[in-house]
Amino acid sequence: MDTEILARIQFAFTVAFHYIYPPLSIGLGILLVMMEGMYIKTKNPLYEQMTKFWVKVFALTFAIGVATGIVMEFEFGTNWATYSRFVGDVFGSALAAEGIFAFFLESGFLALLVFGWDKVKPRTHFISTIIVSLGSMFSAVWIVVANSWQQTPAGYHIVREGLSARAEITDFWAMVFNPSSVDRLLHVLSGAWLAGAFLVISVSAFYILKNRHLDFAKSSLRIAMLLALFASLFQLFTGHQSAIGVNENQPAKLAAMEAHFDSSAVGDLHLFGWVDEKNKEVKLGVSIPGLLSYLVYGDAAKPIAGLNSFPKNETPPVNIVFQSYHIMVAIGFFLIGISVLGVFLWWRSKLFNHRWLLRVFVFSVLGPQIANQLGWITAEVGRQPWIVYGLLKTSDALSKVVTAGQIMFSLILFAVIYLFLFILFIYLLNEKIKHGPEEPETIVSEYEKQKFIFEK
Amino acid sequence: MEFTFDLNTIWFILIGILLAGYAILDGFDLGVGALHLLFKKDEERRIAINAIGPVWDGNEVWLVTGGGALFAAFPDVYATVFSGFYTAFMLLLFVLIFRAVALEFRSKQEAKWWRQMWDVLFSVASIVIALLMGVALGNIVTGVPVGADKEFAGSFLGLITPYTVLVGITTVALFMMHGSIYLVMKTEGEIQQKARGWVNNTIIFFVICFVSTTMATLVYFPHMTQHFKDTPFLFILALLNMLAIANIPREIHHKKEFKAFLSSCASIAALLALFAAGIFPNIVISTINPDYSLTIYNAASSQKTLSTMLTIAIIGMPFVIGYTITIYWIFRGKVKLDKMSY
Repeated sequence: MDTEILARIQFAFTVAFHYIYPPLSIGLGILLVMMEGMYIKTKNPLYEQMTKFWVKVFALTFAIGVATGIVMEFEFGTNWATYSRFVGDVFGSALAAEGIFAFFLESGFLALLVFGWDKVKPRTHFISTIIVSLGSMFSAVWIVVANSWQQTPAGYHIVREGLSARAEITDFWAMVFNPSSVDRLLHVLSGAWLAGAFLVISVSAFYILKNRHLDFAKSSLRIAMLLALFASLFQLFTGHQSAIGVNENQPAKLAAMEAHFDSSAVGDLHLFGWVDEKNKEVKLGVSIPGLLSYLVYGDAAKPIAGLNSFPKNETPPVNIVFQSYHIMVAIGFFLIGISVLGVFLWWRSKLFNHRWLLRVFVFSVLGPQIANQLGWITAEVGRQPWIVYGLLKTSDALSKVVTAGQIMFSLILFAVIYLFLFILFIYLLNEKIKHGPEEPETIVSEYEKQKFIFEK
Repeated sequence: MEFTFDLNTIWFILIGILLAGYAILDGFDLGVGALHLLFKKDEERRIAINAIGPVWDGNEVWLVTGGGALFAAFPDVYATVFSGFYTAFMLLLFVLIFRAVALEFRSKQEAKWWRQMWDVLFSVASIVIALLMGVALGNIVTGVPVGADKEFAGSFLGLITPYTVLVGITTVALFMMHGSIYLVMKTEGEIQQKARGWVNNTIIFFVICFVSTTMATLVYFPHMTQHFKDTPFLFILALLNMLAIANIPREIHHKKEFKAFLSSCASIAALLALFAAGIFPNIVISTINPDYSLTIYNAASSQKTLSTMLTIAIIGMPFVIGYTITIYWIFRGKVKLDKMSY
C-alpha cells in the first residue's frame, strides 16, 4: 500500500477512536452541571450521590480523551507535514487558542472536580464543574472552527506558488466565523450532548431492570431524558441548517450525500437505497421526489447541482457518503422517537413501567456513538479529494520524508494499543457500573463537613 | 545576527516559556515516575502516585499547548521536525499513552501482579519520555540534516549519537532530582526520609551528567557559545543556573523543601534559557548547509498571525497562570489517601 492510503487509514482510525471519548465528556459535563446544580439547590444527598458517581465515569472518558488527543495533534506534523506548512498560519492560531482557552481550563479544574470534594466549599466545587464543562465545549469550538475552515476556507490569501504555497490569514474573525463553522459546531455539540445523555440513560435503565440503586437510577434517567429530548430535537434543526450550508458551499458533498447525479433534475430525498456509481443511479431505494429541493430551497421544483457538473477527479466516493449520511439521519430520528416517547411516558408517570422500553434504552447508548462517527465520515469523506476544500488535495498534503514502512509500523502499533485501551475502557466502565454509586448513608454530606479552603 | 525585539523573537521566547513550563511541571511528575520502582511497599507507591495525581494531567497540557504554539508560530519547524523525527515521535506518543493508562489503571485492582505490571510500565514510560525529550533537545544542539527544501534528510538512527544520548540521560537525571524534591515536599514520615536520601544521590548524578554535557558542548559544538562571546552579559544565566543547583542541598538540609523545589524549578528554567540563547535565532540547525537552517524568520507564520496569537496569549496566559497557582495552592500540603485517590 502507498503512503497516502496508509496515512489516511492511520488518521481516520486514530481520530475515530479519539472521537468516542470527547463527546462523552462534553455530554456528561452538562449533566454533571445539572446534577450538582440540583444538589446545591435542594441539598438532597441523592444528587450528591449522582454527581459523585458520574464524575468517576467522566474522569475515565476524559483521561482516555486526553491520551488519544495528543496523538491527533502530533499527527498533523508527523503524517501531514505539507498540509501543516500550508495551513499552519491559519489553523495554528485556532489550535493555540484551544490550548490556552480550553485545555488548561479543563485539565486544571478537573483536578478540583475529581479530587477536590474535601478541599473546597460545595459552591466552589460547583463552579469548577461548570468550568470543566465549559472548557470541554470550548475545545470543541476551536477544533470545529479549524475543521470548518478546511471545509469552507475564509479570511485568508495564498502566498507563494506551487509546492511552497501557503494560506495566510487576512481576517481572524472571518476565519473563525467561516461560512460553516457555526452550523457545524452546533451540530457537533448536540451530537456530544446526545452521547452523554444516552450513556446515562443506558446505565440507569440497566439498574432499573436489575432492580438496583432505584432512586439513583430513576433520578439520573429523568435528568438525562431532559437533555436527550432537547439535544435530539436541536440536532434535527442544526442538521437541516448544515445541509443548507453544504449545498451552498460544498455542492459536490451534498450531491454525494443524496447520490444526486443530474444537475438538471430536482433533488429527491432518499429514505434508503444502494448507490450504483457506475450507472449513476440509486437501486433498491425509496425516495420522495423533490423533497431535497424543497428542504434546501423551499421550492420542490428547483434543480440541485448534481455530481455530473463537477470534474470527475473532484467528486468524493458516493456510496460511502450516501450510506453514512442516511444511517446517521435514521439514528437521529430514532433518538428523537425514544426521547419524545420517554418524556411523554414520564408525563403520564409511566416511564418505568415498560420493560421493553428500558431494554431499548440500555442499547440506546450505541445510537449517538454510531451517528457521531458516521456524521464525521460524511463530512470528511464528502470533502474528498480535497483536504482543504478547493485549495489543497489530500494526495499533495502528505509528509514527504515519511515512508510507507514507517506508517505501517505505527499503524500496527496503534491498532494493538487502541484495541487494548478499548478493552480496558470497557472493563473499567463495567467495574464502575457493577460497583454502582456509593449509598447515600456512607456519603457524609459536604454541607455537614463544611471544610473551607483556607482552614487547614 | 543582530538581536531585534520583534514578534518572531517574542514567539521564540514564549514557546521557550511554554516548554520551560512543561519541563518544570511535567518534569517533577516524570521524575516521580522514574523513581517509582524504588518504593517497595504498595502504600508508598500509592502515596507517590497520588502526590502527582491531581496535577499530572494538567502538566501534560503544557506540552500540548507548546506543540500547538510551535505549529502556529513556526509551522515549518513543526512540519520538518515532526515528520523528520517520525519514528521518535511515534515512540513518544506510545509511551505517553502507556503512562497515562498506567496511572489511571494501576490502583483499580488489588491483585499484586496487576499493580506490579502497571508500576513497571509507569516507571519505564516516565524514564523513556524524559530520555526521548533529552535526545530531541540534543539534536537541536547538534543540528540535523535539513535540505534546501526545508525537509529532513536523515534517518531515525542518525538522531542517536553519544552526545544526544548524553543529553537524554542528563534530562532523566534532572527530572529525577526534581521529582525527588517534590516527593520530599509532598510526603511525610518514612517515605519522606527515603525521598530525602534520593535528593542527595540524584543531585550528584545530575551534576556529573551536567558537567559532562557542558564540556562536550563546549568542545564539540562551539557554535552554542557564540552569543556568550558576543554578549558576556549572558553569563549571568550560567551563574544563576549554578547558584540554583548549589542552593538545593542547602535548602534540603535546612528542611525548607518548598524553597529547594523553587531552586530546582529555577535551575530547569535557567538551563533552557542557556540552551535557547545558544541556538538563537536558529530553531533547527542544518548540518548540510547553515543557510538551510530553520530560523525564527524563515520558518515563521505571517506577522498578522503572530500578532493575533500574541493577543490571545496576553488575554489567556494570566488566567492560566492564575488558576494553575490557585489549584496547586488548594492541593498543597502532604498527600492523604481517600476514596477518590488513585
